[in-house]
Amino acid sequence: MKEYSAFSLLRHAASHNRNWRRAWRSPEPRRRYDVIIVGGGGHGLATAYYLAKEHGVRNIAVLEKDWIGGGNTGRNTTIVRSNYLCPESSLLYEKSLKLWEGLSQDLNYNVMFSQRGVYNLGHSLQDMRDIERRVSANRLNGIDAEVVTVAQIKKAIPLINTSPTARYPILGASLQRRAGVARHDAVAWGFARAADARGVDIIEQCRVTGVNRDGGKVTGVETTRGTIHSDKIGIVVAGNASVLAAMAGMRLPIQSHPLQAFVSEPLKRVLDTVVMSGAVHGYISQSDKGDLVIGAGIDAYTGYGQRGSFQTIEHTMAAIIQLFPTFSRVRMLRMWGGIVDICPDACPIIGKTSVDGLYFNCGWGTGGFKATPGSGWTFAHTIAKDEPHELNAPFSLERFISGALIDEHGAAAVAH
Amino acid sequence: MFLIQCPWCGERAETEFSYGGEAGIVRPLEPDALSDAEWADYLFNRTNLRGAYKELWNHAQGCRRWFGVERDTVTYKIEGSYELPSGRAGKGA
Amino acid sequence: MQPNRLKQGGRIDRSRALSFRFNGKSYEGYTGDTLASALLANGVSLVSRSFKLHRPRGIVGAGAEEPNAILQIGRGASTLPTQRATQVELYDGLEARSTKGWPSLRFDIAAFNDLVSPLLAAGFYYKTFMRPQALWPWYERFIRAAAGFGLAPREPDPDRYEHRNAHCDVLIAGAGPAGLIAALVAARSGARVIIADEQNEFGGSLLSASQTIDAEPATAWIEATTAELDALDNVTMLTRSTVFGYYDHNFVAIVERCTDHIGEDVAGVRQRLWRVRAKQVVLAQGAFERPLVFCNNDRPGVMLASAVSCYIHRYAVCPGKRAVVFTNNDSAYRTAIDLRAAGASVVIIDSRAEGAGALADAARADGITMLPGHIVTDVSGRRHVSGVRVAQWNGDVTSTVQNTINIDCDLVAVSGGWSPAVHLHSQSGGKNAWSDDLHCFVPAEYAQANVSAGAGNGKWSLQDCLQDGLDAGIEVIARCGIEAADVTLPLAVEVASRPLEPLWRVPAATDPDRCPKQFVDFQIDTSVADIRLAVREGYRNVEHVKRYTALGFGTDQGKLGNINGMAILAECLGEDIASVGTTAFRPAYTPVTFGVGAAENVGDLFEPVRKTAIHASHEAAGAPFEVVGQWHRPWYFPQGDEDLHTSVARECLATRKSVGMMDASTLGKIDARGPDVVEFLRRIYTHDVGKMKVGRCAYGIMLGEDGMVMDDGVIARVAERQFYLTTTTGGAAPVLAWLERWLQTEWPELEVYLTSLTEHYATIVVAGPNSRRVLQDIGCNIDLERDSFAFMSVRDAELAGIAVTLFRVSFSGELAFEINIDSRNALKMWQLVADAGAKFDITPYGTETMHVLRAEKGFVIVGQDTDGSVTPVDLRLQWLLSKDKDFLGKRSLSRTDCVRSDRKQLVGLLSEDGKTVLPEGTQLVDDPGAAIPVPMCGHVTSSYYSACLGRPIAMALVATGHSRRDEIIFASLADGSAVPVRIVSPVFYDPEGERQND
Repeated sequence: MKEYSAFSLLRHAASHNRNWRRAWRSPEPRRRYDVIIVGGGGHGLATAYYLAKEHGVRNIAVLEKDWIGGGNTGRNTTIVRSNYLCPESSLLYEKSLKLWEGLSQDLNYNVMFSQRGVYNLGHSLQDMRDIERRVSANRLNGIDAEVVTVAQIKKAIPLINTSPTARYPILGASLQRRAGVARHDAVAWGFARAADARGVDIIEQCRVTGVNRDGGKVTGVETTRGTIHSDKIGIVVAGNASVLAAMAGMRLPIQSHPLQAFVSEPLKRVLDTVVMSGAVHGYISQSDKGDLVIGAGIDAYTGYGQRGSFQTIEHTMAAIIQLFPTFSRVRMLRMWGGIVDICPDACPIIGKTSVDGLYFNCGWGTGGFKATPGSGWTFAHTIAKDEPHELNAPFSLERFISGALIDEHGAAAVAH
Repeated sequence: MFLIQCPWCGERAETEFSYGGEAGIVRPLEPDALSDAEWADYLFNRTNLRGAYKELWNHAQGCRRWFGVERDTVTYKIEGSYELPSGRAGKGA
Repeated sequence: MQPNRLKQGGRIDRSRALSFRFNGKSYEGYTGDTLASALLANGVSLVSRSFKLHRPRGIVGAGAEEPNAILQIGRGASTLPTQRATQVELYDGLEARSTKGWPSLRFDIAAFNDLVSPLLAAGFYYKTFMRPQALWPWYERFIRAAAGFGLAPREPDPDRYEHRNAHCDVLIAGAGPAGLIAALVAARSGARVIIADEQNEFGGSLLSASQTIDAEPATAWIEATTAELDALDNVTMLTRSTVFGYYDHNFVAIVERCTDHIGEDVAGVRQRLWRVRAKQVVLAQGAFERPLVFCNNDRPGVMLASAVSCYIHRYAVCPGKRAVVFTNNDSAYRTAIDLRAAGASVVIIDSRAEGAGALADAARADGITMLPGHIVTDVSGRRHVSGVRVAQWNGDVTSTVQNTINIDCDLVAVSGGWSPAVHLHSQSGGKNAWSDDLHCFVPAEYAQANVSAGAGNGKWSLQDCLQDGLDAGIEVIARCGIEAADVTLPLAVEVASRPLEPLWRVPAATDPDRCPKQFVDFQIDTSVADIRLAVREGYRNVEHVKRYTALGFGTDQGKLGNINGMAILAECLGEDIASVGTTAFRPAYTPVTFGVGAAENVGDLFEPVRKTAIHASHEAAGAPFEVVGQWHRPWYFPQGDEDLHTSVARECLATRKSVGMMDASTLGKIDARGPDVVEFLRRIYTHDVGKMKVGRCAYGIMLGEDGMVMDDGVIARVAERQFYLTTTTGGAAPVLAWLERWLQTEWPELEVYLTSLTEHYATIVVAGPNSRRVLQDIGCNIDLERDSFAFMSVRDAELAGIAVTLFRVSFSGELAFEINIDSRNALKMWQLVADAGAKFDITPYGTETMHVLRAEKGFVIVGQDTDGSVTPVDLRLQWLLSKDKDFLGKRSLSRTDCVRSDRKQLVGLLSEDGKTVLPEGTQLVDDPGAAIPVPMCGHVTSSYYSACLGRPIAMALVATGHSRRDEIIFASLADGSAVPVRIVSPVFYDPEGERQND
């Protein structure tokens, strides 16, 4: 892999940018791989990358039905944080955050991880109790977190409405300073390029149509580009987990919903951090390009249409105006939707299944993007060792049978 | 915003309704006879179909009746609504 | 004064001059102008700078496709960011400025970027700014400082917005010839019609041309048609109204701009969001002209040919005196003729080999020079075009060419053909298909009840548009089951056109990677070389190319450049355009103000505030309110300048010592009755409701099917087959829905009737040793003494002659009565209680005191002391779990995780120092010195200073807590300190319950 650097930009500019190499190859699928990863989103590409990098697996394919990074990876509001409530989730997300912190350098691809801080606002006494509980737990887990006052919020975010007579007045917030946002497409492309450099075959336009089993063992997949054999198959297809599970003869504790987002026209710098509010249901940041990037709530119904209902957007606009009355005159440029797979406890499933060699990584709900490197890292471990890493062990399918759910509803009352 | 046919009130906007998820999930008559895995299957697992899906809706801001809807979860096209069966043989909780 | 304004013509009102300012300088325009036409009239050419390279930019288009003239309009609180000058109607006093360019628009230091543009090629930022890692925030500051167009207002929006719902048979988007005639046939047939157009008047493209209909000027036909529509009361006509979103089930969103054209600080609704449910939709939004992609094609003075015609016809503005028209199709010949008529000299450069046909003949007859088989390869001039370089061309797109001619000019009008505005069709779920004849995407498969018509359907000639619109109108009303009225197809005289010959990338003197920039997306500075680079680097899917080069991510969302970009991509890939595929269009068609999305739901109306029937009294008493869901509940009742803690301490002591009163009206209340109500409630609640006697109350909990505590409350059996259930405040609506759902979906054989009484009844709690005497003093018609009205009983009674239901239940641990009373009598009763209690110093208390009193007794609050992962056993409520029957959630309690002995369990906590009030939420640890991650054994759920006990108390969920009585653990505080706390029983006060039983 040729290095990307300011120097290489200069050198290539001198030759009219005509000698840049492909970021990743476009190989024909081979008949057999040591590991097949189904799903070329950020999580799948990260899994392949860490399988190659951390576990020395050489013969890996990533199968993508369409184009890489085209699902939720390229549709989310790019918030990265690790200040979750339960120790299980916060440790998993913290692993991810630590990987984020060196990701551009590790991948030699600038994913523009911008640690500008995330404020989770509290609007009621119960919100503040929950914030205190979460911050207290985060600190004991070694995760930076603090409870901030209304005055501190106002200082950091001058345009926010801190009036005590607001319909849902702001009483305080939690702040994670190391949290922030990243450039979503770059994450997929950076992992793809780095994985490709380690020999991973990234095969786009290759839809999996069946999962082949020999008794209790997985043997390969049927695809639109033929049968591909492998004894280990990792499925990481946010938005379609239940569809792939059905191919493997399983049902999952997942329901898929539309989750919408929208951006404004590009504005001059006006918001330097990320603001999230569960009570009024809105979250907002400003991209480096200047767009306000705004996340809406989940549409209630099951939906694979990558779009939701307009009243959800109306409500989110109202929520944003609650928080930032001055944004009322700003305009929405574009809205879109993704498909979020939600587990009953709002936590993911990363682990083995009842079928040997078949692994699932799904159910990230609204929290998938921030987990991309950590998800890939733990899933790679699980596939390579055929057993979960201690970080993802609690996130097994088994928990739905034993009842050991990880209740993140408190921390994830609003989509994020 | 969907236009949903309430079997009792007619076509109404989606905002009048609340969603109830997959239809046809029957509570086991004898929960104690089930293994933990079987109970979990009832409790949590869903077909979550991509395509034609039978689901429950409640006309929460109207007659408050629950009813079934067949809807395509990709195109969101609604095939129709139907009343739920009533007066089935007694089942315990 | 206005150098480019023509002496006559146009749809402006010359009698009404308007003054406006641009970048601080004053200009004059006319009513009917847009900001863009007024700027052009005044010869203002440079209006902004591009996003990345800061190249000087001028006005290109005349509508929603405009990429460059993105300006800040207005001042102060009513300023508007990122407005397209082509869509801003001029008003007197309008103030506009460009937000790009420093120190000035003319001399912009950041234009340096253009000089080093090879360094700033597509995706350059992914390849650098990585080392040293610590410097990224610094790099990012510079990136952010350079980014963005508009300035968000710094003050709250002074304007008002509203929503309006509407239903119709036929909604027509676009009031050009196709839309108007479709509306005419639908309206005459009696259908309910809504027709919306984004312009200030109906007519569409006809307003920008000199065509005739039925041998009259087209404008006469528009006037007659709109007059007829206007006279019909089944038609709603919306001007300045953009159909921006086409959602599922024919739900269509329109934003109507009511006052923006008048000015700022105008009374009334600024914008109105129409939420329309249409049986049928006709999409007739017309088409966009495509520019041609040649070197320096972004220089100010290079404009779309159709825009030039529009400015001439509609605004009487001729943007140049010496014009070059560069085209690959016949439509720009009309522009050439228009320019000639406006007095400009004109040269037509046509990339097609022959300059033949009727329009060419007409052009020649007008004295226009024609150069068929030629192309414009480059432009000279920096802040304004000063000339073009022209080369002869043989039609080979892969070749380079020799420039042979230089032509001086001050205007280049370009046309690369037309693309139907298929945005709404695409939003509706419809598919588009590439037409090899028309060289554009046209609507193909329909997904909803809609039809495309006119130029938006690939019909270019006026006659075809009228025919297509008429057909569409007839089609949709037939689908509505309405018989079509008679409409005669008007006749438009057409000059035969020669077909377009595609020219997606104009060859240059050098190859496309070396030649001066050939812009595809102007605003965002995406060039041909960028697309080629993306493909070279493996970003080959159209979505990857768009995202890597930012093509289409400007505020025009690719209306100007996307099709050219896709065609150039197809060329790079060696594929045809159809296989490159189109990308899905998302709402909004043009940007929509957040304010109109929110409309009335702002400020206090964001969500309704629910107030109890006694609210006014609390307000008069000066109580601060706690926000609990939608409710405002009195938090405490300060006297004088008391703070929360002194007030609460006083309220608690007064209640325990004598008597207190509180408004508990927000509790959920449900009447459940019917022949099968006992069986039903046995399944819902964990204990056996069937064993309750009439007139008795019980504490009950209900579980989710996962076995976790969902809600709690009092169950009163008021008659053999009638129960009165209370829920938590937050649980009122969800519990009712939960009960209804089971009843209707799972147990329809049970005959039970549920009625919410939450708003119907108010609840006044009178608690404390003197509570009975207060009620007696009010005058009660039943015996309230212990023997006849025991603890956990319920009775209908009269207080001061007013009917009430009395509950002898207690959430405070004191002797207490809960008075349930019709809401209309509640305020009166509140006063009666207060008056009767005066001699006992009765003390009103709020939610905070209620919390303290119940915590002293160890009563949990579901949602505070539980969080969705707490079983009844964890709360030591196993005595409430019936062994004799099934109930919802029961099976889950025997799962392996639910029977673990080390689950988190409810306990009481006392800080060892007797002073520290633990912050609620604080995590608890066994070993505060443990290494990170420190294992946590629980957390504080409730914590207060108990004035009654003279010390702080707390409740907590602690692992294995029930068997750890008297152990010391530690509360880990934010400052890093660890407070030793002792695990105790959560019942701190009157453990035997003697007081409440009194």
